[in-house]
Amino acid sequence: MMMHRDALEVVAQHRGDRIVLTTMGSVGIWPQFSDTPLDFHYIPSAMGQGPALGLGLALAHPQRGVIVFNGDGCTLMNLGCLVTLGNYPASLYLIIIDNGLYEVTGGQPRVGAGRTDFAALARGAGITRVYSFDDLEAWRQGAAEALSGPGPTVIWLKVEGKQGQKTPSAPRPMREQIARLREALTQP
Amino acid sequence: MLDGSSVLGAFRECGITDVVWIPDSQLGTWEPALSAAGEPRLIRVCREGEAIALAGGLLLGGRRPIVLIQCTGLFEAGDTLRNIVHDLKLPLFLLIGLRSHLAAQKGKTADTCPEFSEPIVKLWKLPYVILNESSDPAALVAEYRKAQAENRAGAVLLAE
Repeated sequence: MMMHRDALEVVAQHRGDRIVLTTMGSVGIWPQFSDTPLDFHYIPSAMGQGPALGLGLALAHPQRGVIVFNGDGCTLMNLGCLVTLGNYPASLYLIIIDNGLYEVTGGQPRVGAGRTDFAALARGAGITRVYSFDDLEAWRQGAAEALSGPGPTVIWLKVEGKQGQKTPSAPRPMREQIARLREALTQP
Repeated sequence: MLDGSSVLGAFRECGITDVVWIPDSQLGTWEPALSAAGEPRLIRVCREGEAIALAGGLLLGGRRPIVLIQCTGLFEAGDTLRNIVHDLKLPLFLLIGLRSHLAAQKGKTADTCPEFSEPIVKLWKLPYVILNESSDPAALVAEYRKAQAENRAGAVLLAE
């Protein structure tokens, strides 16, 4: 099984000039790899709505592309988002970070941990480009293919959960994040 | 009168680019006009909170969406409304169907929606006007433009 940080480091090598939208535990890790105006930390958030926010951005900027990091608990809070994603040919890459826990609240297990097949759920929702990895070397080998090609794409990464994590914070306030992102999106 | 054709015309007059919706029985009668329009683009979602977040993404990306849902969906979508309107401070605009509002005014419904719909909109600090099927579409246009001019969220509540 991968470490969360290592899984994100692989994405950093392949993100190109796409928008990266982080949620939950990924908020605290991603700035170690990238801190540009196209890195949008969705915090404070409405839990489970990262994919919908990302889809809106992807539909607004179809040539840009959006990568969304979403937790397993987040995904289950808005499972219908997979059906919506499957309905729109948007350049959206949903990466489900599955640690089996509600990590930012201290590490309580989420329902169905270890039994939920997110790849099957995504395929059942009509998404055809679905990848799953639980090994870092396999993820390194498969990332280039998974993070290229047409969206929507769902990538399910099984990572080790950690106990006792604190709720992460974004590197800058939301208002500043929004201004930076909007400015960046006006650039060709 | 607010019907599919006139509402579509109002949306175009406002420059609305995307209609994100889950219809109720009254809004649903607008489906033929909205789905055939092409512009604004009709975006279907699974749940009302999702509609609000998706519209939030469109707003971040520079589009001009409107969210069409029923009051029952608003009840479900409270946390997302709080986040998009009050945390992200995006100028979200909604058209919300008020189920059983007209019947309640006549004391002819046991539906509990009318008891909670308007108070909840007020609690979420969402400026609004109430229109009905007989209203002039210009009232919808005016409310949208007012919200846009003030760079704030707003809503039209459609009495049903």
